[in-house]
Amino acid sequence: MNLAQTRIGQVVTVAHIAGEGSFRRRLMELGLVPGTRVEVIGVAPLGDPLELLVRGSSLSIRRAEARGVSVSLDEASSAERAATAGSAGRSESNTALARGGLARSAP
Amino acid sequence: MNQEQLTPVSAQGARAGQNAARTPLLLLIGNPNVGKTTLFNRLTGQNARIGNYPGITVERRSGDLTLRADGAARVVEVVDVPGAYSLSARSAEEQIALSAVLGWAENPRPDLCVVVVDAGQLARNLYLVTQLLELDVQVVVALNMIDEVRENPPNTGELSRFLGVPCVATDGRHGTGLAELERAISSALSHPPRSPLRIDYPALLERDLEQVSAALPREWNESPARARALALWALTSIEVDDELQGVDTALRARCLEVRARAGTRDIDQEVIATRYARIDAELPKLYARLEAHPKKRKTSERVDRVLLHPIFGFAIFIGLMLLMFQSLFSWSDPAIRLIEACTSAAANFVEAHVPESILRDLVTRGVIGGVGNVVVFLPQILLLFFCIGILEDSGYMARVAFLMDRIMKALGLHGRAFVPMLSGFACAVPAILATRTMERQRDRLLTMLVVPLMTCSARLPVYTLIIGALFPPTRVFGWLPVQGLLMIAMYLFSTFITLISAGVLGRTAVKGRRIPLILELPPYRLPSLFGTLRMMWRRALMFLKEAGSGILLFTILLWALLSFPRPALVDQPLPPAAAIHQQFTGHQPAEAATPVPPPAGPSAIEQSYGGRLGKAIEPALRPLGFDWKIGVGLIGAFAAREVFVSTLGLVYGIGDADENTTPLRDKIRQEQKADGSPAYSPLMGLSLMVFFALSCQCMSTLMVVYRETRTVRWPLFMFGYMTTLAYVASFLVYQSGRLLGF
Repeated sequence: MNLAQTRIGQVVTVAHIAGEGSFRRRLMELGLVPGTRVEVIGVAPLGDPLELLVRGSSLSIRRAEARGVSVSLDEASSAERAATAGSAGRSESNTALARGGLARSAP
Repeated sequence: MNQEQLTPVSAQGARAGQNAARTPLLLLIGNPNVGKTTLFNRLTGQNARIGNYPGITVERRSGDLTLRADGAARVVEVVDVPGAYSLSARSAEEQIALSAVLGWAENPRPDLCVVVVDAGQLARNLYLVTQLLELDVQVVVALNMIDEVRENPPNTGELSRFLGVPCVATDGRHGTGLAELERAISSALSHPPRSPLRIDYPALLERDLEQVSAALPREWNESPARARALALWALTSIEVDDELQGVDTALRARCLEVRARAGTRDIDQEVIATRYARIDAELPKLYARLEAHPKKRKTSERVDRVLLHPIFGFAIFIGLMLLMFQSLFSWSDPAIRLIEACTSAAANFVEAHVPESILRDLVTRGVIGGVGNVVVFLPQILLLFFCIGILEDSGYMARVAFLMDRIMKALGLHGRAFVPMLSGFACAVPAILATRTMERQRDRLLTMLVVPLMTCSARLPVYTLIIGALFPPTRVFGWLPVQGLLMIAMYLFSTFITLISAGVLGRTAVKGRRIPLILELPPYRLPSLFGTLRMMWRRALMFLKEAGSGILLFTILLWALLSFPRPALVDQPLPPAAAIHQQFTGHQPAEAATPVPPPAGPSAIEQSYGGRLGKAIEPALRPLGFDWKIGVGLIGAFAAREVFVSTLGLVYGIGDADENTTPLRDKIRQEQKADGSPAYSPLMGLSLMVFFALSCQCMSTLMVVYRETRTVRWPLFMFGYMTTLAYVASFLVYQSGRLLGF
């Protein structure tokens, strides 16, 4: 699976990064190297770009480039994260709306 | 790029070379959004100097810091280096950080680098720190924004031990830790710290590095550690199609060769992953507990759930943008009127106290008018930069880019181009100044080139005059006013053309690869009013200093063009009484409808060089439906688009005309061709409005573009493409309208 196929709230681990040389390098320099834990924080209302949490920092990239980042789902962290997000008072309707936005433009 | 700009900095570089008692140079370097500028302001106080880096239009801010230690005061020059996530580069712009650190490319050599690090995003920030330490430069780390991580702060002692350089916890916004930072700077200047940190790369990469090191030019080979670090830099920066400057050809060839020989090995990943592995190994020692998701981020995310919400988020966004636009468009109006009133009062005062002469005209129309032309931009510039300061400081500007990126991407622009583009609806001059908020030269240039196509407020008086004079106040379907519809149509037309032009220019004239978006949504922070006010003030001063003299000069030139030769020198001047009679009789006598020229003599402006120029270009303007009088108006409009109205007034001998002046409207309506038919039809009005919508009739815009790009090439290009666009579009409107029988 790749980063563009993830859903909000999921936690994934980077497996491989593809893409054009200098952009790929910049992504890695921002902390997105294989083995890094990435949390999908949100998607812009128009469906692009994505907001990620990488090494405690925010990073937004467009869907087109996110497709080049292959990831594996970190089930345990995702579930834990969903639980804490629930307790933090995240409203279901917001998530549903945001997910709707995500599903619309998913390939 | 251009020579005169290089000289002052190289002179400074030469000064830096004379080692005796020179001022030590300190660089502030760090990732974007780490509070570097706030810290810079704290350290240097009120004395920032703004210049440019040699050979590139990137702002170089420097100031003086006075260090007081052991009863002695020492002055240090501090330079605020543009924010960078890494030293590796693919463009000349990204190369600045490295050149500044090493004192290359005519940059003076620094004595110390203070790396500003966001204490809340340590891992990402330490990447740049490790790069700097590998380069074997003197470093002090400022662990900034420490107030935001009070619950789980990193251990400065441990960090210091890991990096082998002094680390000081600071909070630039509240000023805590500054005394300690100054002490650390002071002692680091006397006893330069050397970091023992060495990152071991995989064996194959180490071998590659040796090969690249062997090809380094001599001046890159200062110490073994630096040579190794520069070999790493070269290996991860040089590419077949990079845009780096001053890279040795032998080194370039060697890097490409080594990369090619690496085969399936991934050199970039080896380098970057090794550095991060080293940082990751250290993190557990730095923190009491490791958090994957810091608290500060969680708070911001909660706010974002509203501000980036598909419905509420957009509603708030539109509301905020409307508020900003409203302030530019309407709230600046009283100040603009006041400035205009002051300039005309000053001109009237001079006219009342000085006898009529060419010198008096020069002072009133040229100098006072020119100063007015400059100062009149200040209200909008101040307001726009106030809004931008608040948006940037609070972290909302990044959200604007995040929200609008999808739309701006379609135009080949960055999400950050949205605010300058929107400001273009008020005035192109502040909007062009606002393009500085974009990081990349290509994005800035493209935005600058299309912003003047947006319908600015100076076009409104022209549209009002033309619509009022040539279009009847009738209604479509009984209720839609034609005049109002036309006004809306002009806005839509200009927006449409702007978007198309951005798409076309981004693929043709403005070269440079489109780089995929990388955006950081910083945590929300309370904006600093003081910092914003200071930034506004600096921007306004810079505008006055840089563009002011040019605008003043052009105003005087235009005045001369439309005033010389003096009417007194012209054969057979009109007796004053007859001239006045001619001005106020309103209706033309019926006899004038014959092919015989009207009995009235020429107005002063008609006899001027400008008037003659208007007549000379008439053949070119005729296919658009314009006559020489409109031509003179177009020349006058260069001072500012709304001047078209008063220039046309002068052509018709009506002093002090504005867009609502009835005599001027009547004159336009009653103007006749030689055969007695009306000279100006609604079709010609439409053609003229299209011309105004697209042409670059604004010397201030051209002047500001010149100052921002530091070359005459781009303002000339802008003038050329906009005038061509305007001419072709007006031609098509007028000629196709005629074919359709209008």
